[in-house]
Amino acid sequence: MSNLSVDHLLGIKYLKKSDIDLIFKTTDNFKKIINQPIKKVPSLRDITIANLFFENSTRTKLSFELAEKRLSADVINFASASSSVAKGETLLDTVNNILAMKVDIVVMRHPNPGASVFLSRNIDAKIVNAGDGTHEHPTQALLDAYSIIEKYGEVAGKKIVIVGDILHSRVALSNIYCLQKLGAEVKVCGPSSLIPKHLSALGVTHFSDLKEALNWCDVANVLRIQLERQDVNYFPSLREYAMVYGINKEVLDGLEKEITIMHPGPINRGVELSSDVADSKHSIILNQVENGVAIRMAVLYLLAGKIKN
Amino acid sequence: MIVERQILNQKDIQITIERLCYELIEHHGNFKSTVIVGVQPRGKFLSDRIIVKLKQLLNTTNLESGSLDISFYRDDLRRREEPIVPEIMDMNLSLEGKNVILIDDVLFTGRSIRSAIDALMAFGRPKSVELLALIDRRFSRDLPIQPNYVGRTVDAIDSDRVLVEWKEENGKDRVLMVKSES
Repeated sequence: MSNLSVDHLLGIKYLKKSDIDLIFKTTDNFKKIINQPIKKVPSLRDITIANLFFENSTRTKLSFELAEKRLSADVINFASASSSVAKGETLLDTVNNILAMKVDIVVMRHPNPGASVFLSRNIDAKIVNAGDGTHEHPTQALLDAYSIIEKYGEVAGKKIVIVGDILHSRVALSNIYCLQKLGAEVKVCGPSSLIPKHLSALGVTHFSDLKEALNWCDVANVLRIQLERQDVNYFPSLREYAMVYGINKEVLDGLEKEITIMHPGPINRGVELSSDVADSKHSIILNQVENGVAIRMAVLYLLAGKIKN
Repeated sequence: MIVERQILNQKDIQITIERLCYELIEHHGNFKSTVIVGVQPRGKFLSDRIIVKLKQLLNTTNLESGSLDISFYRDDLRRREEPIVPEIMDMNLSLEGKNVILIDDVLFTGRSIRSAIDALMAFGRPKSVELLALIDRRFSRDLPIQPNYVGRTVDAIDSDRVLVEWKEENGKDRVLMVKSES
């Protein structure tokens, strides 16, 4: 029972429900630890972790680094902008060079979907996917589901709507896999141009009307418009998007019930969320950030347990 | 698993716990600056019994206590087939300047206690830390750790196992010496 069925965390798609339950049970304990006076445990003191970020990241990178340091692992950081990747080195070469320095776990963010799967097949280290293109962002989905459990006691039976740029979002896909595995009902909401066609294959339907979506759900997970990934215009203007799909206090006050607002960050204030919603009692955005560290500690701890001395 | 012999029965355990409680009172008086900490998972059963008995003997309801999960402080994380699944940590207290009585059921190699001492320090700098064990397997130590209070000393070869069973979990209080069948 008490072992992950996978050797790497490449995506939620590859996890069983029992894996998610084990990660959450371990997270409960790490959450207590990060609220202790001394927030560090020596569990991974003989483990070296490389954080390879081939794409920009602030909170995910900080969250992983903090999790690794709280577990006493040795940490090396790599950002592609300042590396030999800019000189034309391939992914495999870069990683093999880093592994020659005896690295046990690689945490990688990469713009290409499937990069972490490719890596796991070619190198001898545990891989944690910290976001691969528009594919998956498993630790984000885990911390989102964990935050919902913290608020409601369980995910099963809850109605969750993911609002915004679903097409370019790895958070959306991982969230759908994770929440469905835990028994939630998931729907999406956004302009049709930002809803991928394959979603119906996952049993996910789509609201065009924001009010209708919010009246249906218990939790709204609001995503950022990923302008950096959009090479053509998917909607007329940001202003128009904010008018139709932006959530502000007026929208929330007009609903028939209270709902919970989540956001994986970074927030474009005034676009998908207004400040009075992002900072309101409906929002659990900062709980998500705290839980992110504990979730990542649990994932790294459980994967490190599979590295034999 | 073959039971070799019974080391303590229910009555023996009851008498031993009572004797240990009197020893603790002898050293800690009214327990004003003393905290009792059970090591999870097995030490918790014993510390719960000791706390109940002490409250009765001291005629108080006010005893500071906690239960300590040592999973993340262990030194055998990657030496096991299965990962160590953490237990509940219940330490809503500060150990700063306190006298701590660490309680575990069996003291064997001393490695768990080494981890427990490490884990304790995350909750402040205690004035002192003492160790109470129901069973002390004194010749099996890997580390220089000795108990301050002992229920029963047991001398056995390393391959023998001492099993402490509690009514709450196994329906019966008893301490057994067992041999694995292989």
